[in-house]
Amino acid sequence: MGVEFTLAELCIASASQAFEEDGESLATGIGIIPRLAASLAMKTCNRDLMMTDSESFMLSEPNPIGSRDANFIQANESWMGFSRIFDNVWSGRRHAMVGPSQIDRFGQTNISALGEDYRQPKVMMLGSRGFPGNSISHRNSFFCPAHTKRVFVTGECDFVSSVGYNPSRLPRGHSLEEIDIHRIVTNLCVMDFGGPDYQPRLRSLHPGVSLETVIENTGFELFVPDPLPETIVPTGLQLDIIASLDPHNLRASQIKDDLRGSAN
Amino acid sequence: MNKVKSAKEAIGQLEDGMTIGIGGWGPRRKPMALVREILRTNLNDLTLVSYGGADVGMLCAAGRVSKLIFAFVSLDFIPLEPFFRQARQSGKLDVLEIDEGMMLQGLRAAAWRIPFIPTAVGLGTDIVEKTSEIKIINSPYDDKEWVAMPALELDAALIHVDHADCRGVCQISGPDHYMDDWFARAAQNTIVSCDELVSESFFNDENAARKVFWERAVTDSVVLIEGGAHPSSCAPLYGFDSEHFRSYAEFAKTDGIKGYLEAYLGKDENDYQSKVGGLQAIRNLPLPAY
Repeated sequence: MGVEFTLAELCIASASQAFEEDGESLATGIGIIPRLAASLAMKTCNRDLMMTDSESFMLSEPNPIGSRDANFIQANESWMGFSRIFDNVWSGRRHAMVGPSQIDRFGQTNISALGEDYRQPKVMMLGSRGFPGNSISHRNSFFCPAHTKRVFVTGECDFVSSVGYNPSRLPRGHSLEEIDIHRIVTNLCVMDFGGPDYQPRLRSLHPGVSLETVIENTGFELFVPDPLPETIVPTGLQLDIIASLDPHNLRASQIKDDLRGSAN
Repeated sequence: MNKVKSAKEAIGQLEDGMTIGIGGWGPRRKPMALVREILRTNLNDLTLVSYGGADVGMLCAAGRVSKLIFAFVSLDFIPLEPFFRQARQSGKLDVLEIDEGMMLQGLRAAAWRIPFIPTAVGLGTDIVEKTSEIKIINSPYDDKEWVAMPALELDAALIHVDHADCRGVCQISGPDHYMDDWFARAAQNTIVSCDELVSESFFNDENAARKVFWERAVTDSVVLIEGGAHPSSCAPLYGFDSEHFRSYAEFAKTDGIKGYLEAYLGKDENDYQSKVGGLQAIRNLPLPAY
C-alpha cells in the first residue's frame, strides 16, 4: 500500500502544484497550509520561486514554520520590507494563496465584513488588507479548510474585497483575461475557473469524497468534467519535506476532524 | 535646533477634528505611549489613518474617532481586533476602507503634494463601490478606467522609532520601517517618540545612517519614551506583549475600554509602566518568530 498521509498533507501537496508554472515569481502563502504549499513547491516542482520570511527579508530557502533554534540562520537574499512588497505586487510577479471567508461563483472574495449593511456589519472581520491590489495585479489561489455553503456562497459576496470574473463589475477598457484566479484547494476537492465563461470547475475530488458532497456544500453550480480525476496523493518525498518545513506539526490542527490523524 | 518635547507638550499641539496618521503595522512598532497621551486628554472627533492595531482599537473604543481610514485592524496573533470590531458593529464609526497599497499611494500623493495617484488597485471591488470618496477616472493616455487614489493629507503623524537625536534624525533599526517614512512626509506635524535619545555623532557610522528613512526637516517633535511602543513591539529592542494583548482583548468582553484604561492608563507613562511590570519587563519581551 501507499504511504500514509493526513488531509492537511494532501491539501499541502495538492496546493503546491498551483505554483508549478509560475516561474521566477514571489510565492506568498498566508496561513499554515498555503505557506507550507508554497514552501514545498519551492523545494520541489518550482525551484525558481521567490519567498519572504513573512517579515522583511527574501529567502533563498523557505524557513521552517514556527519557533526555530536560537542558532538557526535563515537564508536571506535581500531586504524585502512591506513597502517594497507593493513594488513587487504591482509588477505582477507574484502568486498569493490566501484563505478568504467568502468566495462566490465569480471568484470574488470577502475578508472584510459579513452582513447586508456595510455601515453596520453583522460581523466585522479584518478589512480588505491587500486583496484588492493582489487580485487586479497578479495570480491568486485560495485555500479553504472547511468547504461549506457559508464560504462558497450562492449570491455575490457580502463585500467584494477582491476582483473576480464578474463582467458586471469590470471597469471600462479592462478585460477578464487580465484577472488570474488560478486554483482553489479545499478539504474536499480542487477547483479552478476553467469551465465555460470562467465557470467554476471541479478539477479533482480528494480520495473518499463524493461528487454529491461537494455539490451539496457549494452554493453555486460547478462545471464537472468527465472523467473526474481523484486528487493526486502526496509522495513519500513530499511528506518528508513537509515534515521538515513544519517541525512542530502545526498542520495537524488546520483542518477540523483531520481524522487521518497526526503525522508520524 | 532642539525639537525635544514632553509627551504632554507634543500631544498638546493636536486639536479636535484633526486627521492623524499613526505609523507601525498591526502589533508592531506602534507609538502607543503617544496614543496613551491622547487618551489622557479630551481630544476627540479625530480622523485616523493607520495600518491598525490596538492604537485604532483603543481610540475608537474611547470614542475619540469620528472616522477611520483603514485597510485592516489586527493584532496578528489575535486576528480580529476586538474593540475595532465592536466599534464597526455598532454602526457608529464612519469609515473609508482601502487596500494596504492604496494607503501607501494616498500618503505618497500627500507627501508629493499632488491630489491623487492613478492605480488599478480597487478596480472591480467594493472598495470603490461602497464609497463616493474614491473616484474612477479616464486616462488621458489609454481608453481604460483607473482608480484615482486621493492624497491622504495628515494634520499630524505619530511614529515610534528606536533612536533619534534632538534635531529629529530618526533611526528605525528593526527589520522594517513599514510606511513610516510616508506617514512622516504626508503630515504637517510629525511627532516621533523614541526609545533612546542619542547625540548627533551616533549617525556618523554609515550603518546607522542607512537606517534613517526621512530627512530631519520632516520631523517636528521628538519625545523620549523608553518602552514607548508597548504593548506593541519595537524590534530589535523588544517584542510585543502577548499577555497584555490577551488581557486587553478580555476587557472587550467584560468591562470594556473604561475598565482597561482604569486598570492600566495611569496619569503618565511612568505610572503606566509600573502597572505593566516596569521598563525592564518590557525590554525583556522576546521577539516573535514568523
